[in-house]
Amino acid sequence: MDRISEAIADLHKMDMEAGKGGLLQGIHPLPKLLVTLFFVLLTVSFGKYELSRLLRMGIYLIVLFVIGDISVKLLLKRMKLLLVLVCLVGIANPFFDREIMFFVGKAAVTGGMVSAATLMLKGIFAVSASYLLMVTTSMEDICYALRKLHVPKMFVTILMLIYRYIILFLKEIRQMTDAYLLRAPGQKGVHYKAWGTMVGRLLLRSMDRAQTVYESMMMRGYDGEFYLRCKRKAGGRDYLYAAVWSVVLIGIRAI
Amino acid sequence: MHMADALVSPAVAGTMYAVSAAAAAYSVKEIKLEDLDKKVPVMGVMGAFVFSAQMINFTIPGTGSSGHLCGGMLLSAVLGPCGGFLTMAAILTIQCLLFADGGLLALGCNVWNMAFYGCFIGGFFIWRLMTGRKMTKGRIAAASVIGCIAGLQLGAFSVVTETTLSGITELPFSVFAGMMQPIHLAIGLVEGLITAAVLAFIYEARPEILCGYVPGVDSAGRHVSSGNPGRHVSSESAGVHGSIIDKTGRMSKKGTVGALAVMAAVAGGVLSLFASGLPDGLEWSMEKAAGTAELTADGGVYRMAEKLQSVTALLPDYSFKASDSAAGTSVSGIAGSIFVLAVCFIVCVLIKKVKKEKNGRRI
Repeated sequence: MDRISEAIADLHKMDMEAGKGGLLQGIHPLPKLLVTLFFVLLTVSFGKYELSRLLRMGIYLIVLFVIGDISVKLLLKRMKLLLVLVCLVGIANPFFDREIMFFVGKAAVTGGMVSAATLMLKGIFAVSASYLLMVTTSMEDICYALRKLHVPKMFVTILMLIYRYIILFLKEIRQMTDAYLLRAPGQKGVHYKAWGTMVGRLLLRSMDRAQTVYESMMMRGYDGEFYLRCKRKAGGRDYLYAAVWSVVLIGIRAI
Repeated sequence: MHMADALVSPAVAGTMYAVSAAAAAYSVKEIKLEDLDKKVPVMGVMGAFVFSAQMINFTIPGTGSSGHLCGGMLLSAVLGPCGGFLTMAAILTIQCLLFADGGLLALGCNVWNMAFYGCFIGGFFIWRLMTGRKMTKGRIAAASVIGCIAGLQLGAFSVVTETTLSGITELPFSVFAGMMQPIHLAIGLVEGLITAAVLAFIYEARPEILCGYVPGVDSAGRHVSSGNPGRHVSSESAGVHGSIIDKTGRMSKKGTVGALAVMAAVAGGVLSLFASGLPDGLEWSMEKAAGTAELTADGGVYRMAEKLQSVTALLPDYSFKASDSAAGTSVSGIAGSIFVLAVCFIVCVLIKKVKKEKNGRRI
């Protein structure tokens, strides 16, 4: 599958997971977003040699993956992107920090090895947490939670519109590139002579489409506010979710 | 260049969230002064366009590899720097949430590194500086390339600074920067060329879309009545710039050479005085590994090469022979610049000659 089709398929899968009626999907988006941010903040706050203490933070992820019955297949795919820059930064640690920290059998484990492993683990935990948030919460709900956190409505509206139009544009670009590559077999990408015309034409069409979108929004009574609604109000279960995880995560960090 | 959460400490992440939020608040305030209702849907649709267009692979001639579009510069050229910044920030948020491209906590860093520099430095400062007085295809292309390179260089430097300040990597600052900057110079050049191609096409097809395009105004800011006004330059206006601007609005050969000579002399003669006396990355590594920045070698061949170098080197170590004066540094800077200019000139003349011969054979 090509990159664009893969992106479309991933978006559909995420949307379908978020739309499922599971236990985690039923939690209000605001506590879910806050707990996720708190988890990531605590995870990155560990020192570079605190590998064993950091491992305990995995409890949060394991519990949510199990009770939410969430597939890890898509998560592994997302890890690929993360590992490039993290590896680039962490790979040098074993060469610069050679102080021996402990032995595993006869093999010496240096400070650089531990700090590189800590770095990787932090990356994996942070990506897993945001993945959990996304597969259990729809984009509309996340935008609602952002508005509750007083993120400017203009920014949230742009976020919503981008999300709504991504698939449409991805499909259009896939059609364009397919048509181009069928006429240019064996070519890796778009030839430099076609750079301007190909993207430029799409940009002009996008501008025209934006005008149509604006007009249709106006006809539906758009007045600068994109009204977002959550399916239900935050209740006792949601407050309990936020409180329990806050206590557990602080406890893990403090011990 | 998307930073992951693991690469930042909470203190750095918090600081970068604060500065990015300040830039976003300023942008929101500026856009509110314009036609907000109309602009927001355009920003949303343009954001989706850039997000999707980044998926297209563009072949880089002669390398066998491919590059992709630079979003910040393109968005700023169409929506203005504030609109471009907010749209780019929204794109980065979506990339982080849906594709794990960059972390939630590092979002402030990513917005600053990619959206701020791309939109405010490239899309505002450089775009306005180069196309503000007169918009031509050449100026648009130059602004796109310089803007993308500058934005990416500053962004890459910020990544290095933020990672080092977070105490994440054992890599020394200079080594890390030495790895990041050249890679992003090449990426910036490719992204700049793609952006230039797209914006040049827009300029030909619908120039009114571009930010700062004033229909019916010539290069001197006077209203003209006919022709393609944005591109039209009257002979009168050419005179405003003096002899270095010709009748077509282009800088003359004489003017170009003169400007380049002045720039080279300033860079070589004045800025070289501020060159760091500290060892460079390679010298630093050698000093750490071998205890000296200059390794000595014995043998006939080495002695012969050393002798030859001492005869040919007019300004050894960027100074006069047996002198450490600042004048020596300046003279070596100017001499170096002249030499580089001469080499460039000879190469250009040769390329022109080969091209002419090729065209002649075709006819």
